[in-house]
Amino acid sequence: MVMPAKKHLVGAHYGLADWLAQRVTAVIMVLYTLLALGVIAWHGGLDHAGWRALFAHQGFRVATFLFVAALLYHAWVGMRNISMDYVKPLAVRLPLQAAIVAALVAYAGWTIGILWGQL
Amino acid sequence: MSAPQRPRPRPVYLNLLAIRMPVPAVASILHRLSGALLFFFGIPSALWALQASLGSGAAYDAFRACLAHPLTRLAALGLLWAYLHHLFAGLRHVLADVHVGSELKPARHSALLVIAAALAITLVVGVRAW
Repeated sequence: MVMPAKKHLVGAHYGLADWLAQRVTAVIMVLYTLLALGVIAWHGGLDHAGWRALFAHQGFRVATFLFVAALLYHAWVGMRNISMDYVKPLAVRLPLQAAIVAALVAYAGWTIGILWGQL
Repeated sequence: MSAPQRPRPRPVYLNLLAIRMPVPAVASILHRLSGALLFFFGIPSALWALQASLGSGAAYDAFRACLAHPLTRLAALGLLWAYLHHLFAGLRHVLADVHVGSELKPARHSALLVIAAALAITLVVGVRAW
């Protein structure tokens, strides 16, 4: 196999895998959206106590975390694509992508704190 | 033998104010715009709202008071539109991947449908919320 002479440091690297991941994560989010709407409709709307009870349920917490994890990966692929289109200089794009990843990892930690930290 | 001709540069015409975008292009750029909105504002807002809405007593009351403000509601509606447009436009992409509606005419129709459906649902929710 002939390797390209120059690899792009902040490029996509694996286009097909990310194309697929973008769709798999999207389907997970669609299913969760339908699940959440379905649960709320099933109860005929939720008051504050019902809302809290829903998130006290371990299964729903795990489903919510799966949704957020899919969302964060999806957001990474999307934001990286946007940065590759509009931000050309390496000295700007690399810190920008690093900041995006840092924000997404922080959101993951925040989500765990919300789901398992306070109820 | 004649000298090899240099390839002519391809014409580049990117005056965004003068380009008339076809409907699928509008749906596409809104897909990107809504995605960026969801990253910058949607994710932190949704996490903050989830945290506040699950809080007890004072935290929940503060959340309700914040949500009662017209500007908060307007922002929430904007994010709802972004979520819906991104969702519908994404489903359209997935269908196109499996060759459903990828011909020009159905692609134009589905693009218009995506734009209209997201706006319509946002409008209905907005009217009901007020």
